Amino acid sequence: MDIVIVLIKIVLALVWFLVLTLYLTWLERKESAVIQDRVGANRASIFGIRILGLFQPFADAIKMIFKEDFVPAFSKKFLHTLAPFLSFFFVAICITAMPFGNDIMVGGRTISLQIFDANVGLLFVLAMLSLGIYGILLSGWASNNRYSLLGGIRGAAQLISYEVALGLSLVGLIMVFPSLKLSEIVQSQGGLLFGFLPKWGVFLQPLGFIIFLFAALAETKRVPFDLPEGESEIIGFFTEYGGLKWGLFMMTDFMEIIIVSTLLTTLFFGGWQVPWLSADGFQFPWGGQWQMARWLVIIFQVLAFNIKVFFFCWLQILIRWTYPRFRYDQLMDMGWKLLVPLSLVNIVGTGLLLMVIK
Amino acid sequence: MAIFLFFLLSSVCVGAVLGMILSKNQAYSALFLVLAFTCLGGLFGLIGAPFMAVVQIIIYAGAIMVLFIFVIMMINLREGLSSEKKKWTIAFSVVLALVLLLELVLASKGASLGQSPEGSVSPKEIGQLLFTKYLYPFEITSVLIIAALVGAIVLVKKKEKE
Repeated sequence: MDIVIVLIKIVLALVWFLVLTLYLTWLERKESAVIQDRVGANRASIFGIRILGLFQPFADAIKMIFKEDFVPAFSKKFLHTLAPFLSFFFVAICITAMPFGNDIMVGGRTISLQIFDANVGLLFVLAMLSLGIYGILLSGWASNNRYSLLGGIRGAAQLISYEVALGLSLVGLIMVFPSLKLSEIVQSQGGLLFGFLPKWGVFLQPLGFIIFLFAALAETKRVPFDLPEGESEIIGFFTEYGGLKWGLFMMTDFMEIIIVSTLLTTLFFGGWQVPWLSADGFQFPWGGQWQMARWLVIIFQVLAFNIKVFFFCWLQILIRWTYPRFRYDQLMDMGWKLLVPLSLVNIVGTGLLLMVIK
Repeated sequence: MAIFLFFLLSSVCVGAVLGMILSKNQAYSALFLVLAFTCLGGLFGLIGAPFMAVVQIIIYAGAIMVLFIFVIMMINLREGLSSEKKKWTIAFSVVLALVLLLELVLASKGASLGQSPEGSVSPKEIGQLLFTKYLYPFEITSVLIIAALVGAIVLVKKKEKE
């Protein structure tokens, strides 16, 4: 029975993840179109029904599946094929650690809305994201193309540099919510600060949040941090890929956006917590109360998680279409000379504050 | 289930190490080593040390080996060594292997094999031990690492001037 429940959870999480990925491509097209004063993709239709081009992702997918799968003659064939799958796998597996909602009771059985609640869940996600580098490095090297190699090397250098800031920015947060378990971090964001402010990570760790946001944006390798790709100069590590393998790299990009959004939500914006909503209804700081059934509370919490994730996906696409690209030295300076020292300051400051409070 | 996973992970790990030693291409060797480190992380997870497991993967597979592969891919080494160098390498590696064997025998002399530890170690306990009982070894290690880092930077800087 337990195995069946886990299987159902895996299928549901994957469906959620992949459908959201598909529709992020649609959102990206539409959002960029609005920003650039265009209409955006709107021609894909089923029996003449278009609804704002909502079928476009499926048209793209079908096109990609039927494209020729071309492997360059001088490439290292096995690694060339392996690279996109590595890239995809290590991002996809991150979704297993994300808590979608509070525990639910079905027929006297407690089911957590999370697939794998490791007691080092946060580090697990970071480890899997860091292994994703191999997809980029290998694709760049195995293609046997100088531009691809340049892209792969740029990508690896950028990801390694920003991983340091990414990890250090979270140390303060781990000190405040003393746990590495993602479900516990979300649970401990349920209280109130000063009696009215929700006890979210962003209010306890504002500096940590800003550093994490920048480092995480760099980890997604999109504009303004898209040096590994560099559309106008080197095309990037996936120059020699076509069809579905290229599609996997593209999907990895969008899946990384979603993982970054879920991480931001879980760590800094209370995960599935709704402000002032406890197990039996809303309790407003000005004294009002609103009783609610248990199942309604759960639905509210899952919805809150989804809305927060959608918001951060939207925000990241907005950033991608607004800012120009960094120069390479600016990128490295920002990582090593700004974000790393700031996160060290954040750790020391958090430690001092915690000591004063205790 | 645990036994099955153990044999799967350990056989893949041993296979990967063999692949690392036998493969002629340095890049493939490094990739095999990454696979071995990842399996080792899985083994740590199986014996109830999830923190060790994840740290093994983050540090060795995710950071150090990335840099190794980075360098190998950049400088594009020729396959194999010259026969003159090979002689010395073989002699040197035999000596090192003997020393390692001796160390392993000495280290496992007092240990009792065959029983798995109960429960799992939380990151909290590891942190507490590191900052109380093992504070001096921990600090000395970090000083060593910083010395190595500074040394590496100094060496690189000198070459640039000439």
